[in-house]
Amino acid sequence: MTLSKAEMARLVARDIPDGSYVNLGIGQPTTVAAYLAPEREIVLHTENGMLGMGPPPADPAEQDPDLINAGKQPVTELPGAAYFHHADSFAMMRGGHLDVCVLGAFQVSAHGDLANWHTGEPGAIPAVGGAMDLAIGAKQVFVMMTLFARDGTPKLVPACTYPLTGLACVSRVYTEHAVFHLGPDGVRVAETFGTTVEELRTRLAVPLDAL
Amino acid sequence: MTALVCTAAEAVDAVQHGDTVLVGGFGMAGMPVELIDALIAHGAGELTVVSNNAGNGHTGLAALLAAGRVRKVICSFPRQADSWVFDELYRAGKIELEVVPQGTLAERMRAAGAGIGAFYCPTGVGTPLAEGKETRVIDGRTYVLEFPIRGDVALIRAHTGDRMGNLVYRKTARNFGPVMAAAAALTIAEVRHIVEPGAIDPETVVTPGIYVDRLVAV
Repeated sequence: MTLSKAEMARLVARDIPDGSYVNLGIGQPTTVAAYLAPEREIVLHTENGMLGMGPPPADPAEQDPDLINAGKQPVTELPGAAYFHHADSFAMMRGGHLDVCVLGAFQVSAHGDLANWHTGEPGAIPAVGGAMDLAIGAKQVFVMMTLFARDGTPKLVPACTYPLTGLACVSRVYTEHAVFHLGPDGVRVAETFGTTVEELRTRLAVPLDAL
Repeated sequence: MTALVCTAAEAVDAVQHGDTVLVGGFGMAGMPVELIDALIAHGAGELTVVSNNAGNGHTGLAALLAAGRVRKVICSFPRQADSWVFDELYRAGKIELEVVPQGTLAERMRAAGAGIGAFYCPTGVGTPLAEGKETRVIDGRTYVLEFPIRGDVALIRAHTGDRMGNLVYRKTARNFGPVMAAAAALTIAEVRHIVEPGAIDPETVVTPGIYVDRLVAV
């Protein structure tokens, strides 16, 4: 069986080391937060200027327009939270202080190149936000994505055709079919779900090693 | 020198046609809506606006864009679910856009405020946003040369200010305020409360008053 989105989020949460400082990107990566047990002491960073971000307020009446995440959704502060300005927030990334960030992607190359900010289509309005800073800044970049695009083409590719976000920055790719570890010696399949390494080799144009 | 406490209209009277205006806020959190409304009434146009986003809904920065006062936007994330004012101007070719990675945007303003002539940054290396820019390998890593962004004016929002111009922000509404305050020739802050000097614990001041020229209670 392939993994559901919730199962993928649970898997990513499992692989984040206890005590890490973590940034979860907008969209599907945000759902990972629900599977991080408080006793693991994982601290969430949001690039608009906060460490110790908590879940959305249970009661909508407690929403505070001054307390939002990078997706501009209302959140809460946990005990030990800290606020800081944008230059400090991105210094935390660029300075290598964030342990893990989890991002979505249009494509990831076998070398760990990431494309996730712009389709490059004519008429598309480019908007990068913090994606490039996160991609090169966090010690480990995990990507969550479907392995194939809607038209069936693979998103784990020999070389990205979409405009790049960062070079050789992705260390792991979580998909519904498999988890891939990326490194200088190529792509290794760590786990498969409802498929085999052999079958993945026939569907992807990327050399695959089994872990 | 103490910050001049004045009305929003008085505060923006020095803004000139063609100025570069740094506008605080991340979405609507920390957006100086009263100062922007005063700037619209003031009438200065052909502005270059530097902000994280390119306006949300119909208020604040979006209203300034809708009034046709902005020639160019320098930002990290213009396209959003409610950025329809910008989207329409952009698609009609009526506004120029420079997209800058969010951290580089903050650091370019920080550099301006700190008197740094330029800096090498690893963000964007090998991507379309670094095309044509000088690069340099330092200790085996490639960096892109980035230049400061200096404002003629900064419009920011804080929570509390004293008459010295010292500012305290509230939660994630701090975002670009402290960086922009230092990066402009004239910094105007709108605040919820103006208090007497001494009422803010000096240990908790986030933006020292040296960076703030005008203070408006809203």
